[in-house]
Amino acid sequence: MLKQTEGSKAVAEAIALCRPEVICAYPISPQTHIVEALGEMVKSGTLTPCEFINVESEFAAMSVAIGASAAGARAYTATASQGLLFMAEAVYNASGLGLPIVMTVANRAIGAPINIWNDHSDSLSQRDSGWMQLFAETNQEALDLHIQAFRLAEELSMPIMVCMDGFILTHAFERVNMPSQEQVDSYLPPFEPRQVLDPADPVSIGAMVGPEAFMEVRYLAHAKQMQALERIPQLAAEFKKTFGRDSGGLVRSYCIEDAETVIIAMGSVLGTIKDVVDEMREEGHKIGVLGIISYRPFPLTEVRAALIGCKRFLVLEKSLAVGMGGIVATDVRMAVSGTGLKGYTAVAGLGGRPIPKSSLHTLFRQAEKEELPPVTFLDLDWDAVNKQLEREKTTRRSGPVAENILHDKGIVSAKFG
Amino acid sequence: MFEVRVHGRGGQGVVTAAEMLSVAAFEEGRHAQAFPSFGSERTGAPVVAFCRIADKEIRLREPVMEPDAIIVQDPTLLHQIDVFAGMKADGYVLLNSHHSFEKLGLGELLKNRNAARFCTLPATELGLKHVGRPIPNVPLLAGFAALSGIIKLESVIKAINEKFSGKVALGNIAAAEEAFLFVQQKMKGQADA
Repeated sequence: MLKQTEGSKAVAEAIALCRPEVICAYPISPQTHIVEALGEMVKSGTLTPCEFINVESEFAAMSVAIGASAAGARAYTATASQGLLFMAEAVYNASGLGLPIVMTVANRAIGAPINIWNDHSDSLSQRDSGWMQLFAETNQEALDLHIQAFRLAEELSMPIMVCMDGFILTHAFERVNMPSQEQVDSYLPPFEPRQVLDPADPVSIGAMVGPEAFMEVRYLAHAKQMQALERIPQLAAEFKKTFGRDSGGLVRSYCIEDAETVIIAMGSVLGTIKDVVDEMREEGHKIGVLGIISYRPFPLTEVRAALIGCKRFLVLEKSLAVGMGGIVATDVRMAVSGTGLKGYTAVAGLGGRPIPKSSLHTLFRQAEKEELPPVTFLDLDWDAVNKQLEREKTTRRSGPVAENILHDKGIVSAKFG
Repeated sequence: MFEVRVHGRGGQGVVTAAEMLSVAAFEEGRHAQAFPSFGSERTGAPVVAFCRIADKEIRLREPVMEPDAIIVQDPTLLHQIDVFAGMKADGYVLLNSHHSFEKLGLGELLKNRNAARFCTLPATELGLKHVGRPIPNVPLLAGFAALSGIIKLESVIKAINEKFSGKVALGNIAAAEEAFLFVQQKMKGQADA
């Protein structure tokens, strides 16, 4: 059914259609509306049987999800930013134990400086945790990916993060096609756990493993993600058959066939990029887009195949590997290693900095002319940066950086308008 | 694509206004995207929300920087921020006030602009009268429907019924109807004059 609703509410409804049995959550912006909506559904009895557990921290949220999943329940939670970091130890445990938990990450920057706005630093910080990570471009895709995520997670007995841009998607009202319970039931069978804590048939889960077996257990986690590379496109195809629309998959290309320049990105910024590409195409520029939906597992083969015909590519990412440059770009460059393709990285939109079309037009033209340095910072205020660098050069007690930059920019506190 | 920016303060239903506008447009079979300026909304703090309306899927995710229409829910913001920043030359402005633009010191703004696209509306008073609360967002939405013709009053009423129920919905519908008529008659009077 078509409806105009908030991204968070749409995801909450989709989660409910997946019949979760345990939901645990600790509130953190911009994820909160999702679990609030689910909490209301559990309380009102529209989502039943399901236990909603309020916990005292994100660490507890993931620990409860682990316990619930190990007991054979379909478990769900959601978090963002510092919340994801706070649960990090349990995040690794969930995947190490092979428990198919689904978690929404409403992508948000990591402090300090504290910032509630969107970028991809949070989930990318957990890229090696063994969780799969799927990135949604729209609210429709966000809700669709959750349905696919439960199916994939449970098939492989491995956890998945569905990543959606905080505020930009979670708080956006837009049109979504909400599936029916029958559709979801026909796509997502009941959870049949590979391992379960059952007093009638006791096992232990979480053995200590020494050097003699640790590598094999870790390798099997990798092997699961390699299996996922095969299953993700198949599940997207099956999804299309049941629900009638394209959602998910490993990568999605746009105007790429004859493209000499390809822009690569993840998440909601792909929409803005496509609009810019349409405008540039009208002027005759041979430019295309490659969206990465599955960040973990990373689809090396598909990325390479998509880029092989182009002359140069630009990875536009909402993340920064401090001391290195791009995070996604590193993986993309590995995918094209040996091809001699020219690659550029643009770090953009950190901490919610808007990514306007006008800036992308300039950036893409520079990429086209191969006039970019290897790593670019989109719309960075160099005056502010240089002023602070100068201050540090001349004054030992130069003071806190964030406060200095705010002061230089004439901002009293973070601006909400 | 038609882009609207709503200015107001936390507690005035600014985000709700943009959301309801998107619902009204959706009810007319159009694509719409509403989103807040992503702040922590605190009572009294300046808040901005956006709404895009189009006949095809809206992919753009940048903030609305060159609005086709601006709705100002709180005239005291005029002294604090440039609520008209980036407005298109033929843009619409609907401002919550029982004063005229001239009286508010905004005569300059009207120069070389189409006066038929500028209107003030005592929306807070209408909210108080019909809902018992000084929330101007719904009357302004209905006023915007009358001023711009971008959405119909019936669609605003559908959005009200989706958002509210019972007495609150009825009060808001009454406020919307009065606001719609007010703006319609004011603009007609202006055109006749």
